[in-house]
Amino acid sequence: METLFFGLVAAIAIISSILVITNKNPINSALSLIMTFFCVATLYVMLEAPFMAAIQVIVYAGAIMVLIVFVIMLLNVRNESSRRTRHALFIGTTTGLVLLVQTWYLLGRSSLTGAKGKIDSAMIAKEGHTELIGKSLFTDFLLPFEITSILLLAAIVGAVILSKKKL
Amino acid sequence: MVSLHSYLILSAILFAIGTIGVLTRRNAIVIFMCVELMLNAVNLTFVAFSKYLGNLDGQVFVFFVMTVAAAEAAVGLALMIAFYRNRESIDVEDLNMMKW
Repeated sequence: METLFFGLVAAIAIISSILVITNKNPINSALSLIMTFFCVATLYVMLEAPFMAAIQVIVYAGAIMVLIVFVIMLLNVRNESSRRTRHALFIGTTTGLVLLVQTWYLLGRSSLTGAKGKIDSAMIAKEGHTELIGKSLFTDFLLPFEITSILLLAAIVGAVILSKKKL
Repeated sequence: MVSLHSYLILSAILFAIGTIGVLTRRNAIVIFMCVELMLNAVNLTFVAFSKYLGNLDGQVFVFFVMTVAAAEAAVGLALMIAFYRNRESIDVEDLNMMKW
């Protein structure tokens, strides 16, 4: 049952991500990308990471995609003109496929060591996923967390400066 | 029980599709969306490994990747608006102002 569901979600994710790169209209691409994000959020739930699924939907499918759709509508982007160069299409597709075959080959040959950490399903069910993430974030990863706030501040200042009328 | 291998194959496929999109499309916003797709493929790998290795550090990394993606979205879209104001286009082939 779980395998069947995984197959269904994976198929929808792959089809909608192919639609992202084949659609001529950027708005259709954006909507397909939101579909892909929802599929990935579903996979996070299957991987017992409900907090990650929640922030995937809120941050990615909510905040970031709203920003992108907003900019597409603001700029009134037309459909891509058809002066697309053939060789760029060919080289890009070949590079992507070579990358895929390479990854597939490496995944087929590799194996895990089998070392297990101390977090398992029972512990997540008992303590709660968000609590575990929070505990880890505010103890082991406190410095990166603080640096993230500086990054966000820099991004805010940068975005305001860049979108000023007189650059 | 879905194996770790299936998740890794799925995220490899999503990453490859994102790469193809970045290399073949010419609309800057679509290229940007393909980069987001690649980031998502990597996030899926992180969460899958985190589950199968019984360690939450990967998911904390996903949290940081999402933060960086949000900052990137804000700055990248501001850049595109500034570019559109100069050139009336967001086609990457018109991005040649710094060409010598």
